[in-house]
Amino acid sequence: MTTLANIVCIACISGGLFFFLAGTAGLLRFPDALSRLHALAKADNLGLGLVAIGLMFRANTLLVAMKLILIWLLVLVSGSLTAQLIAARVRRVRK
Amino acid sequence: MSILPLLDIELAALVVMVAFGTIAARTLFAAVVSYVAYGLLLALVWVRLFAPDVALTEAAVGSGVTGVLLITAGKRLVPLRGGLPQAKVGRGLKLAAGLVAVLATAVLSVAIALLPDPAPSLAPQAAAAAAGPGAGLGNPITAVLISYRSFDTMLEKVVLILAVTGVWSIGRSADWGSRPATLGKDASAPPMALLARLLVPLGVVIGVHVFWVGADEPGGAFQSGALLAAMWMVMMMSGLSEPPRIGGRSVRLALIAGPAVFLTVGVAGAVVADGFFAFPRSFAKPLILFVEAVMVLSITVALPLLVAGPPSREAEP
Repeated sequence: MTTLANIVCIACISGGLFFFLAGTAGLLRFPDALSRLHALAKADNLGLGLVAIGLMFRANTLLVAMKLILIWLLVLVSGSLTAQLIAARVRRVRK
Repeated sequence: MSILPLLDIELAALVVMVAFGTIAARTLFAAVVSYVAYGLLLALVWVRLFAPDVALTEAAVGSGVTGVLLITAGKRLVPLRGGLPQAKVGRGLKLAAGLVAVLATAVLSVAIALLPDPAPSLAPQAAAAAAGPGAGLGNPITAVLISYRSFDTMLEKVVLILAVTGVWSIGRSADWGSRPATLGKDASAPPMALLARLLVPLGVVIGVHVFWVGADEPGGAFQSGALLAAMWMVMMMSGLSEPPRIGGRSVRLALIAGPAVFLTVGVAGAVVADGFFAFPRSFAKPLILFVEAVMVLSITVALPLLVAGPPSREAEP
């Protein structure tokens, strides 16, 4: 049981790190602000989500696991809405 | 060999690199963003030093609130820049500034290297005071803040009031008593309003939670106040709430309530308990929680008022 949990934990966190890596590569390589935002949002949403799920397998109590999910949801909300705000600003400046 | 020391060295190197980035940034905005990243990295350093209380404060106040203050200050400087004579910084002045910085670093390094072993420290007295009479809290940091260096903790809030008064007093005399200008021109942006509606209820719960657990676990008045203040700022930026009229009685009362109550309790301690800022042993914990709650209120009001800036008549509806 513990072995299985460890395997799932490592797989989830590795997957999350892959998305962070891809997001960072996109942030550095993509040509304009909107596509850079697109790359960043993936890192926030999927990357952090997978890391949070992976860490849940190592949480001692249910409360800690719930807090991890809450952190992910908070970052989801603020990250995606901030991306919207930046994108709206970029469009206004371009016009 | 464990991988943790390597990660620590990497973190330390990253902090120094971001610090250089802050100084070397070409624009004010880039410098502020870099400074915020620096603060968040520093919070991680505090976590690695097993000081989660300091980490929370660094993230909330050092990085968050200071970042917002610097960004708003930078935005206010933009319209002023055209009308001011541009001062040229010559090479000699730059060299002199660099020399002073290097000298100060050298003196500090020598002082730290020459410290006697064990280094002089107030930690034993603080620990004794925190564990002794008047404590009754599970979190030693909060106990030290409230019952060992209580006068400093109270004066920190007075500094906040002085800062708010300073910000208010740079407005025009005709505007005295009116509202500061609305925060942000994106007031009606739908994403901002949605953010406020989703984030603020949760943020208020988390802020109160940080205050409540501060008695026994990492957390406390300043961290909680900074979080609640941030929630109010989000409300103001989304247009759901206006900055208050600075002439309003409730605003001013909320602003001074924290230090006033703390000072009253401190003076009462001289009469009822063992001395100035001593708490009666049987009644310490509820009293401390009450004082902290009022200080949270004062911090929650003071920080957004600092960001909102001086009053301006145009903001009146």
